[in-house]
Amino acid sequence: MSETFTKSMARNIYYGGSLFFLLIFLGLTMHTTREMPKTDHRENITPSVVRGKALWEENNCVGCHTLIGEGAYFAPELGNVFYRRGGGDSAAFRGFLNGWMAAQPLNVPGRRQMPQFHLTEQQVNDLADFLEWTAKIEVNQWPPNIEG
Amino acid sequence: MNTLKYQSQSVAKPYFTFALILFVGQIIFGLIMGLQYVVGDFLAGAIPFNVARMVHTNLLIVWLLFGFMGAAYYLIPEEAETELYSPKLAMILFWVFAAAGTLTVLGYLLVPYSTLAHITGNEYFPTMGREFLEMPTITKGGVVVVALGFLFNVGMTILRGRKTVINLVMITGLIGLAVFFLFSFYNPSNLALDKLFWWWVVHLWVEGVWELIMGAMLAFILVKVTGVDREVIEKWLYVIIAMALISGILGTGHHFYWLSTPEYWQWIGSIFSAIEPLPFFAMMLYAFNMVNRRRREHPNKAAVLWALGCAVMAFLGAGVWGFLHTLSPVNYYTHGTQITAAHGHMAFYGAYAMIVLTMISYAMPKLRGIGEASTNKAQVLEMWGFWLMTVAMVFITLFLTGAGILQVWLQRLPETGQAMSFMETQDKVAIFYWMREVSGVIFMIGLVVYLLNFCIDRKKAASS
Repeated sequence: MSETFTKSMARNIYYGGSLFFLLIFLGLTMHTTREMPKTDHRENITPSVVRGKALWEENNCVGCHTLIGEGAYFAPELGNVFYRRGGGDSAAFRGFLNGWMAAQPLNVPGRRQMPQFHLTEQQVNDLADFLEWTAKIEVNQWPPNIEG
Repeated sequence: MNTLKYQSQSVAKPYFTFALILFVGQIIFGLIMGLQYVVGDFLAGAIPFNVARMVHTNLLIVWLLFGFMGAAYYLIPEEAETELYSPKLAMILFWVFAAAGTLTVLGYLLVPYSTLAHITGNEYFPTMGREFLEMPTITKGGVVVVALGFLFNVGMTILRGRKTVINLVMITGLIGLAVFFLFSFYNPSNLALDKLFWWWVVHLWVEGVWELIMGAMLAFILVKVTGVDREVIEKWLYVIIAMALISGILGTGHHFYWLSTPEYWQWIGSIFSAIEPLPFFAMMLYAFNMVNRRRREHPNKAAVLWALGCAVMAFLGAGVWGFLHTLSPVNYYTHGTQITAAHGHMAFYGAYAMIVLTMISYAMPKLRGIGEASTNKAQVLEMWGFWLMTVAMVFITLFLTGAGILQVWLQRLPETGQAMSFMETQDKVAIFYWMREVSGVIFMIGLVVYLLNFCIDRKKAASS
């Protein structure tokens, strides 16, 4: 770098630039949190959705699955599983999920194993409600297709 | 032989040693997971995949934190030209952090995660079960306590001594690390909001403040091993971290594409994250430039190799592999596929694992009383470790990229009805996972070879 570009100029760019963009980021984040109620449908977060999220977390589901693309890449995406396995119908999805959770582990030799989590029917229903609410968050048309 | 400028720098040694022990643990669990990718029921009862993954990623984070703290305890007194404020506090915090980390990992391994959540009272203050932030709330509290004590200790050292640019950048990065970690305590029941602020920890760490820490560490090493004028190195450091934050802060937007967020993030995220490779490119130019302009031949060739290797691999892993899937129209198809895993592996290894290993390479001979550098024989072994691990990581990344491209092709690109299911796709790409696992074994061999270098000079170290 030439001598005309001094260390103090570099320092000013660092401080000024970082601060400037940090402020923009804060502003945009604030705007985003104000816009989000329109698309995350938080009005539909029932007590059972809240319990379902707690179950999702306390069983570390994200340690194998992705949820809207984030998590581990070992098992299927569950952000849209309500549509994939429940056809978009609450009762059908609850039925499916109860059957699926009870059948684990499948014990197919060599196949990836989902553990048995010993959840009650009420708990599985809560989990189903959480996944249904999640599926209905508007996330800019992601994923590209039903397979997630 | 005493080779430390300031005696209190010696507290860095247990930090580095423990970091390397955890690194070994990380790789062992990586190998277990890698095998579970292809032999699905391998150890499925004893160590389910989610447990192995949690151990793998959490050990990575914790060993890097140990490495950063060790680096801070080593370089901050030397830069400040004064002894560490309190070596005793540094040692107490070492044991607190080591005990908390060990107990947490044992908790992951010995009881089901839901039991761990229950024992630690997660229902009263739920923060668990989110990717990378799986540790119990009480452990998170412990991390905050350790971080505060640590920042107080190094902060007081800086206040007492010479305030160099390297020290100021280092402490800014470390304070940022602690501040953004606080967002891990925010876990609203609204998943969309939860995710939005989860990224304030994850992204603003690795694509924000950690780059300051990395930049400061690299600058310190370059000053030491090249003898190039500090003014020049500090100017570069400012330019690099300016680019890192200017691109990285708004670059967070590339995580807000698919998250009930306004559409402007598609543009902001794409544009600013397209600039994110620049600081890494600059870092690479700068490392090579400084080494070419060196005014001395430092006897620690291994440390110079690590520094150059780190700059190159960080550019490839974080810069190139990050750019590969960062533009919104591309990310629409690659989000949450093996492409992400490929990028994650090379970026973490290249930028953060390697900068810590660079620091360890430079500091360990001094900390062990060997001198400026290890013996030639030990350095040769260390460099073998470098090449085996680095080449293995390149292949791990390439194989995961191959798996990811195929996954996108089979599972993401076709329309609903035509697209292959997730599990079917995984079977189709199994060959890539096998090759990744073989590369992983070579990485492990490289790590063992690397660690053996510490045995060669044992007598010399003991007699010091």
